Amino acid sequence: MVQTEMYVMLAVVLFVLGTLGVLLRRNAILVFMSVELMLNAANLALVAFARQWGNVDGHLFVFFVITVAAAEVAIGLALIVAIFRSKKSINIDELHQLKG
Amino acid sequence: MQLPSLSELNLGLTVPALSLALWACILLVIDLFIPRDRKSVTAWLAAGGVVFAFIANLLVYRDPGVAFMGLFVADEFAGFLNIVVLLTAFIAILMSVDYLKRTGIERGEYYVLLLMTTSGIMFMNSANDLAVVFIALELLSIPLYVLAAFRAPEERSEEAGLKYFILGAFASAFFVFGAALIYGATGSSSLPVIVDAVGRALAGEGSSLLLLLMGSGLILAGLGFKVAVVPFHMWTPDVYEGAPTPVTAFMSVGAKVGGFAALLRILLVALPALTVAEGDAVAGWQTATWVVAALTLILGNIVAISQTNIKRLLAYSSIAHAGYVLMAVAAAGTPGVSDQATRAALIYLMAYMFTNLGAFAVAMAIEKDDGSGTSLDDFKGLGRSRPLLAAIMAVFMLSLTGIPLTAGFVGKWVVFQATIEAGLYTLAVIGVLTSVISAFYYVRVIVNMFLEDGEGDPAAAATPYVQWAIYLTFAGTLVLGIIPSLVTNLSGPVALAVASLVP
Amino acid sequence: MPTFDEFAPIGALLILSVVMVALITIISRLFGPYRPSLRKTAPYESGMKPIGPAVRRFPVRFYLIAVLFILFDIEVVFMLPWAVVFRQLGLFALIEMVIFIAILLVGYFYAWRKGALEWE
Repeated sequence: MVQTEMYVMLAVVLFVLGTLGVLLRRNAILVFMSVELMLNAANLALVAFARQWGNVDGHLFVFFVITVAAAEVAIGLALIVAIFRSKKSINIDELHQLKG
Repeated sequence: MQLPSLSELNLGLTVPALSLALWACILLVIDLFIPRDRKSVTAWLAAGGVVFAFIANLLVYRDPGVAFMGLFVADEFAGFLNIVVLLTAFIAILMSVDYLKRTGIERGEYYVLLLMTTSGIMFMNSANDLAVVFIALELLSIPLYVLAAFRAPEERSEEAGLKYFILGAFASAFFVFGAALIYGATGSSSLPVIVDAVGRALAGEGSSLLLLLMGSGLILAGLGFKVAVVPFHMWTPDVYEGAPTPVTAFMSVGAKVGGFAALLRILLVALPALTVAEGDAVAGWQTATWVVAALTLILGNIVAISQTNIKRLLAYSSIAHAGYVLMAVAAAGTPGVSDQATRAALIYLMAYMFTNLGAFAVAMAIEKDDGSGTSLDDFKGLGRSRPLLAAIMAVFMLSLTGIPLTAGFVGKWVVFQATIEAGLYTLAVIGVLTSVISAFYYVRVIVNMFLEDGEGDPAAAATPYVQWAIYLTFAGTLVLGIIPSLVTNLSGPVALAVASLVP
Repeated sequence: MPTFDEFAPIGALLILSVVMVALITIISRLFGPYRPSLRKTAPYESGMKPIGPAVRRFPVRFYLIAVLFILFDIEVVFMLPWAVVFRQLGLFALIEMVIFIAILLVGYFYAWRKGALEWE
């Protein structure tokens, strides 16, 4: 059996990759995909821990994270499509109507 | 397999929050059959749902307990914050009715989304399990992303929605990963179980301490985004400026109440015993919240001085006020003071709710139909053209500064008291000094209204419902300021309830 | 490492497939004649002539359908575990599932009435 630590390591690596993606990418869709990567990293960690502890709390959490992520996808894509329609661009650096 | 019976679920306790969520679903369908030009019917139906939940909440508040096998707590802590949130929702609806009409964005979904996010905050107040906190957090956030972009296809509003969405989703990911690590260290996602496991984990080997510290750090960051504390505040001014004003008003109070409710409950119920070094008297997260509170107070108040737009000014002011609440959270890390500090945070949130909603309502009355007219210059001459409105706005500004006889003063008083009681003298001094700094920009609004000459008549579309919202918040601000014992007594049992949860 | 024993066949398959592909490509390059022409270097050799760029915009209608699909599809996540232990759970869980589906139907009804399911 693969040890829990290895799964958690992988989850941490994925989470860091996702975080870097959010911070470095400029395309709204790619930023959003990076957020999904972070959520799925958390899912991996939850499942790995659930196996280690032998209870279902972690699995239960994962189900809810998956469904909520789907709801976020729907809202996020709708916002991105709306922005694209009025600006013809989804580069987040070009969002500068609001500045103080 | 042993299944729970219906009575074991204690569904009665969940009626306030559940009824609101359910009513939102029903209203979504009812709204389909309401003709386009009579959408204010939807508004009144939504307001009715809020009133029902408010009454139900008062009944549940008297008789606390747990529902859904410990996933959901209905204690005084939740009851008090539910009152704050439901009042916020009601006032936001009052503010919205005419605003939506005159800006041409009147759609029934607006009120449905408002009800959904309100029920999300109520679940957040009652959540007793990390998974429930997460679902409530999303039920709070997702409708708010849409509401922020509700003026679409106007670019500023769309931009606000997308910015809020990206950073909000980012923050949620932090929260989930933090929850995963805490689950990994303790083997449970239920807050009361975690507290026992933390003790055992600390006695064990070092890796679980690392998981716990990383996990609570990530959770702090995730919720910090929601309540807008430095360094997670970057989205606030842009989103507050771009979103429709009633939405801004709602989220400046509602999202903060939900965020702080979850923060307090997680820190006080699940992690009070989390200490970095062996034998520390105070909780390990106290230093972190202390530093974040100090940074938030300093940055929020100083950057607010240079703002020229009232919505951005109130955004930075709301960041600063999150800092004052966080002072109370930091103070709650000292074991003997956690009751008093929690009580202070709750009172502060209620005072802030009345004052801030009122300030936004006045700003909204000045705003023109195309979303302009939110500059501080637009307040010039208001004292002459609309003396009553200007006088009320002046009271709100004084209350935000924390002048005696206003709600803001009571809030700050109890928070500073708790901070000093907890021995965080430096933080208390920073709090007082930044309050003095804040007077600069709040008083400037008053000076603009009464001492500067404007170009004559500001739009001042204070229609009857908006006026009701302004009077309601004004009354709240004054009553709370003059008779603070009303609320200090009310939240006495609240703090006791929290104390009974803390082992 | 002994813990990876169970994955050994997969590893062997992976190595084998990489070696096979490399071998075939190299052999055909070495021994086969190579006479490129415009037709042969096209993305789909011996297919039809490409009639436009491969990367182009899709009508936004597809997006709406896709989002609706995601939203109603993901609920299976809750239904599958319920279905697996349906017999042990009995009536109580059945009622819960009915409530769950009723809430979904509210969303479906809303999307329907708003015309999200119309193609035009």
